[in-house]
Parts: sequence; C-alpha cells; structure tokens
Amino acid sequence: MKLSAWQQSYLNRRSNSFRGQLDTSGESAGMSPLTTFWFLLHSAFCLISVVLGFRFSRLVFLFFFSAASTNFSAFRGGEISAPLVMHSSLATNPIKTIASPANQTGGSRVLVGRHGIRVRPWPHPNPEEVMKAHRIIERVQREQRALFGVKKAKTIVAVTPTHVRTFQKLHLSGVMHSLMLVPYDVIWIVVEAGRVTNETASIIAKSGLRTIHVGFNHRMPISWDDRHKLEAQMRLRALRIVRKERLDGIVMFADDSNMHSMELFDEIQSVKWIGAVSVGILVHSGGTEESSSFQGEEETPPFPVQGPACNATNNLVGWHTFNSLRYAGKSAVYIDDPAPVLPRKLEWAGFVFNSRLLWRDLDDRPQWIKDLEVLDGVDEDIESPLSLLRDTSVVEPLGSCGRHVLLWWLRVEARTDSKFPARLLELMSRLFKHCTMDPLVLWRVVHKDGVWLGIETYNTSYLLKPEMDTGFWVMVWSRSSFGLGKLDGMEGGVVVYFMVALGD
Amino acid sequence: MDFWKVGLLCLLWAASVLAIGAVELGRHQPTERISGSAGDVLEDDPVGRLKVFVYELPSKYNKKILQKDPRCLTHMFAAEIFMHRFLLSSPVRTLNPEEADWFYTPVYTTCDLTPNGLPLPFKSPRMMRSAIQLISSNWPYWNRTEGADHFFVTPHDFGACFHYQEEKAIERGILPLLQRATLVQTFGQRNHVCLKEGSITIPPYAPPQKMHAHLIPEKTPRSIFVYFRGLFYDVGNDPEGGYYARGARAAVWENFKDNPLFDISTEHPTTYYEDMQRAVFCLCPLGWAPWSPRLVEAVIFGCIPVIIADDIVLPFADAIPWEEIGVFVDEKDVPQLDTILTSIPPEVILRKQRLLANPSMKQAMLFPQPAQPGDAFHQVLNGLARKLPHDRRVFLKPGEKVLNWTAGPVGDLKPW
Repeated sequence: MKLSAWQQSYLNRRSNSFRGQLDTSGESAGMSPLTTFWFLLHSAFCLISVVLGFRFSRLVFLFFFSAASTNFSAFRGGEISAPLVMHSSLATNPIKTIASPANQTGGSRVLVGRHGIRVRPWPHPNPEEVMKAHRIIERVQREQRALFGVKKAKTIVAVTPTHVRTFQKLHLSGVMHSLMLVPYDVIWIVVEAGRVTNETASIIAKSGLRTIHVGFNHRMPISWDDRHKLEAQMRLRALRIVRKERLDGIVMFADDSNMHSMELFDEIQSVKWIGAVSVGILVHSGGTEESSSFQGEEETPPFPVQGPACNATNNLVGWHTFNSLRYAGKSAVYIDDPAPVLPRKLEWAGFVFNSRLLWRDLDDRPQWIKDLEVLDGVDEDIESPLSLLRDTSVVEPLGSCGRHVLLWWLRVEARTDSKFPARLLELMSRLFKHCTMDPLVLWRVVHKDGVWLGIETYNTSYLLKPEMDTGFWVMVWSRSSFGLGKLDGMEGGVVVYFMVALGD
Repeated sequence: MDFWKVGLLCLLWAASVLAIGAVELGRHQPTERISGSAGDVLEDDPVGRLKVFVYELPSKYNKKILQKDPRCLTHMFAAEIFMHRFLLSSPVRTLNPEEADWFYTPVYTTCDLTPNGLPLPFKSPRMMRSAIQLISSNWPYWNRTEGADHFFVTPHDFGACFHYQEEKAIERGILPLLQRATLVQTFGQRNHVCLKEGSITIPPYAPPQKMHAHLIPEKTPRSIFVYFRGLFYDVGNDPEGGYYARGARAAVWENFKDNPLFDISTEHPTTYYEDMQRAVFCLCPLGWAPWSPRLVEAVIFGCIPVIIADDIVLPFADAIPWEEIGVFVDEKDVPQLDTILTSIPPEVILRKQRLLANPSMKQAMLFPQPAQPGDAFHQVLNGLARKLPHDRRVFLKPGEKVLNWTAGPVGDLKPW
C-alpha cells in the first residue's frame, strides 16, 4: 500500500541510530517505478520545506489524510508557526494521521505510528490538587509512623531560654511552630531573662501546647560570653522545675534561634538515659562576604559540626567540638559587633536526656549522674550537660552515630537599637495566612554538581523547578512563618538572613 | 507418671504455638494476602507438579555466546540465561525425557549486543530455527507434538517477533516454527500479533542484590508524591516526539514539568533507589515497548506503580491481581494524571501499599541467584504447571504435519 511504503521510507530516513543502520534484513533491493515516483515527490517536498522554513510534507499529510475530527497535536519546537494544542475534552477516538490501517490489529484500540502529544489547555498545577496530594502524603506518613515509629511515645520536654528583643518573635515563633508540629506530647518550658513579660507570654500562648513560663532574675548581659553563661543558668532553672514537678519525658534544649528538623524529635524518642546528637553550626558572617573560606573545602563538611564521634563499630569514642581558633580575633565579643558569633565547645542543644535522671528519689537512677542539688548555689560555669555526669562514656550517640545533622545552631540578632514595627508583622501574617506548607525550619538543599534542584525536609519535599545557583534568594514559608534565606555553598544548609514570624 | 507425660506434652505444644506466634510478631508491616484470580497461587510449590527436560544443545547456542559478551548477565534480558541455570539444578528437572511434561531449549537469542549494550535481534530468528532443526532431528519429541509441549524464553522487546521496532515486529509476526510452543516473554499487550495465547509473561530482569543494597529504613517518611526518572523524548530515534511511547511520556513532561508534586526528570541520580522508597507513586510509562523494569523496582521499593500503557499484559497476570495493586491510566488520560492520582481515596492507597509490602509479591518479581521459593522462576514453573495436563490434540498422529518450515522472510531461512 502506498501509504505504508511512504511511511517506510520516511521512517528509514528518520531513524539515524546505530541500530537502524544495520537493518538490512528483509529489505528488498532495486527501485520500482513507484519508489522512484515517491522519491521524486519526497525530494520536491524537501525543497519546498527548505524554502518555506517548515515541514511542508506534514501539512500536506494533515490536509489530505486527517479525519474530519478536530484533533490537533502540539508540536515541539515550533515547526509550525502557531502551536496547536489538543483539547482534552475529546470523547472520540484519538488520532490520527499517520497510522496505517494495515497495522491495526483486530479489536485493539492501540494504533502503531505517530501520535500527538496531548497537552491540556492550562498545563500548570492546580492548588486544590496540590492540597489534596499533601493530605494524602500526610495520611501515608501517619500510617508509616503508626507502623514503624515508636510504639510508646514519650513526652518531649523542651527547654527554651529567651529574652525580649527585636527578633524574639521571629526566633520564638520558629521554635514554636516546630514544636507544634511534633507528633508527640510536648511540654514547653520557657525561661525568660529579666522577668515574665506580656510580649513573650502572648507569643507562646498561641502555641496551644502546655507551657511553663518562668522568669529569671538577671538581665541579659551585653557580652556573648556572659550570655552563654547566663543561658546555661537559665537552663538549670528549667531543669529544677522538671525535678520539682516530676515531669516525665525526654528533655531537649530548644534554643530560640536554633533550627530543628522533624527527624530530631523522632530520633530522640529512642534515648534511654542520655544521648547526644550532631549540631551543625552556622556561623553567620555579619555582613561581610566571609563565605570564601568555605569554598575550597569539598570533602569535609563545609561547616563545623559538633557532636559525638564514633569509631567503626558505632561506639562513642570522643567528641567533635567547635574549633574557635579559626575565628581568633574575628569573633563578636559584644552583642552589636559585626562579627560572627561563636558557640561554645559543646552546645547544650546537642544533648537530650530522660527526665527521670533529674528526679529526686528515683530507685534505679544510674550512678553516673550527679544530683542537681549539688549545683544549687554554685556559681561556676556549667558549659554543657556533660558536667552533670561522672562518667561521660555512657552517652548514647543518636542520629546514626552522629552522622546525621539534626539541628542547626545560629545566632542572628538585630541591633539593639532597632525597632521592628509591630504593624508590619500583622500585615505579613494576613498576607501569608493561606500558605499551608509544612514548616521548613530545617532544610536540606538537594543539589547535583552545584545546581540546586530542590529543598526537602524530613517529611516534605518541595522542588525548585528552575535551577538556582549559589547566591539565589529562597523564600520559604510554613503555616505561619515566612523566611527568606540565601542558598549558600553548603550542602545541607541554607543561611537564613532573616525570618519573619507571623501572628496566628 | 501419665499425668506428667500429658503435662509435658501440653507444655511443649504451648511452647511451639507461642514460638510461632513470637516469630510472626516481627517488625513487619501488616500485609494483605494477595488473592490472585486462581487463589493464593504465588506461594504454590511447583516441585512435584511437573517435570522439565532440558535439551543438551552444543555450546555455540548458549555458553559460547555468553562467553563472548558477559554483559548479557546483567542487562534486563538476562532472564533467559538465569532460567537455564535454574532449570539445570532444579528438582523439577528430569533426565528421562519420556516422563517429561515440558521440554526446554536453552538458546540465548538476546545476547548479541551493540557496544552500547542493546541487543540486536537480526540473527535471532535464524538461531532459533537452527536450534529447532537440531532438536527435531536428534530427538523425537519435537515432531511428536510439533513443539506444543516445548517452551522457550524470548525476553526481547516484542518477544518472538524478534524485532525492536513495533511495525517491523508486527510485520514479521511470531516465528512460524514457534506457533505451537509456549513462549515465556516480557512483552505483553492484548490483541497484539506478538502475544500468543497461552504465553507466560515474566518481569524483566532486575539485579536483586543491587536493589537490596539500597534499602533505607522503613520509617523514613514518604514525602515525594510522584517519581519518575527516564527519557521523555528519544532524540536519537524520534526527534520530534509522538513516536516514542506513543507520545505518552512527552505528554507527561509537557503537562507536569513545573508541578511540584511530580519529581520527574531525565537525570541519573545515584540515589535513584532511595528516592523510590521515599515516593508514594512511581510512574511506569511505556517506552518503545510497553513493559519496563520500573515495575519491578516499584514493587520492590513499595512505591505504587502508575502504569501508562494501553492494553498491557503485566507479569503473571493470572496470579497477581494488578488492578488492586497498581494504578492504570489510559494514555489519553495523561493530561489529567494529577487529578486521577489525587482523587484516589487514602484508604485505597494504604491498601495498595499493604499489598505491595507482602513479601511473596516482591519475591515473585525477582530472579535471585540462587533461586528462592516463590521467586519468578517458580512462578514460571507454576504457570507451566497450570497448563497441564496437555490437551489430547497436542499429540499429533505420526506423519501429521502442522508447521510450515519454509514460512517467514527469506533471510530467516539461511542457516546459522
């Protein structure tokens, strides 16, 4: 049939792959008059196409051989001037033009040959579908948690030292939203430097969690060193509350400017007495482009990580601590210094323990924990919870023996003389009220060969569709906070430049 | 004394029952039993239900070909080689052909590879024909039934049509000499020339150790909605699109390339297997042929397969209820794929995941070395056993001839 002969020669010409060239079996040799005629017609079409600039033959085909139905297809590459889009509302049989009847097998509705590429009129995501999909994902994850997660979930007791300042609402809301999303019970102990204030109380009241809000009778000092010491004292105050109230659960330290992964809360459920996690330290450079020091290092993580160090058999052998020598002389001493703020050797945030360790008379309390009363009234600097232990080898390393970084430490504060207009926050909260993605309080940036492809947290994936590069600003939002961060050359982190916490 | 004996027996019985209970309370996800159309047939044991005789062909049909190109052991057509090895050492093998129910001819027709690793099917018809001539002249069993109790493994793109281009394959049709034999192939499409009635569809070969090496903890939350990695346009063979995959893959790309729910691209990430385990749905669209190893990967990793291939016949379709496990989308409905997937009720999705988690389901898709109970080898044997006993008409009267030995393209008749 002449149609199939045309199609055959056409296809043979088109398939220019290695396989096609070897296709010699079954090919008849010699040119019949019919073949010569088609060859000439074909070359005529080619010449016309060269002149016109598009595939003339295709138009002829469409014109002569297409059915009466109004089916069109979208051609890639703009070969025909106006792209023709197929309407998705057709009920009749599909296509079309080049399928030769000889190929149609009895009863089958599948035709061999060229088919159109169906594109619907508005090929973009529908927000309702996206929401439905998120609900499905949520349901699937809930089922996974029920099947593979912890069977007897313990309460999380979160300890947060805070004080009133410009960025307090930002940071505290971030922590608050992470805690609100934790699928377990949470008791939130907020210790405020100075005295209990209405501002702090109004922020934490919106959490819906059980909160214990106490004041601490010292004002926040102006040097970072003293601040670290005071924060340690405030945490001890919270631990005394745990002891007094005999709160049962797992104590973790959620500093208000830290960022926590949802995976952290799942991981700490497995702690028996005291555990340690790896903390990534994001040292903010304070305005000058200090990130050049990170670009050369590709093998080691380009940011410091504090946490347990394990040997090959996953036993704790030591600690990765923060090395402040690199920043000697360049770190901030006072709170408004435009220099990086450094953490201490081991931050409190990297430790979690069973609250029963603090209870007053517990029969099976291990021998290696000092009683909290020993520290009452003592003025020395408690650098990390390790000082509470007589024997530090009992610490359980969590997060695949410290290989997963589950939370991020960062100290970013506005200048003390700055004022953040309260109205602005209300305005933004109204703008972003309907953004309903899961909080991206910790994000791992997925990239390949330096090209950013997406952002994902432990239980959400959000893809950045156009490829973005280092230096791009990323806007991320959660149920009620909105953040602006910059993609930095760090696998596994985004440096947050500022984050606006919304009301609600 | 008697009382103590009875008491001890009771104690032993109780201990055994409790022990069994303790084993079952492992950390497995609750799974659902897969009831195929013929009952719970995935766990049937074929040993004792059939006997297979393996012809001893000269090594030029099998071993020498493999020696020339050991890549045949790892590509997706490796099932023909592993089936041979399995049968040689299987309890269903018999050395006495008089008592055999089925006869197997080990000829590796899909092992002539290009430098890129793609098999060339041009010599396969001649190789097969030469093998059949050999067995029909050296043993009487072929002529007894003209091959109706013989089976062959033809895992290439369009099975025994021996071509990779669909039109050519349809033109050639199934090799005339195989008209009465049972074909074990990966290709399956209803009402297609290249799918013979009574064929057994098998999954393509996927390396089990490689997949099991990439398992991640089951508690990792599934956060990707739809996942796909592969080509959308085959620019080498079909530059404008519309031919490759009947335009279905291109339609997926054009409609969903900027949709955040669809993690689709042509990249080759090193975390491909891990990402599948973090996805809820995995697309398995047709390519040049309707079947794809993605189906096997999706089943192993617990990702619900979304099959976009009209009229496809999936592996072991008489034993596995694929409609309950996967989602079937017509090629014409691809632009509405997001609506289709998001409108599936969550209970149905959870049920599909439970069915996928069933270990016998995962085992049935694999070709492990050495063979394990319930794996794809055993499912093939189960399928062959289900076809027994042979119909009386299978056995021909002496001198009766059904097959036409000179049919087919002239090129096929040349000796190999």
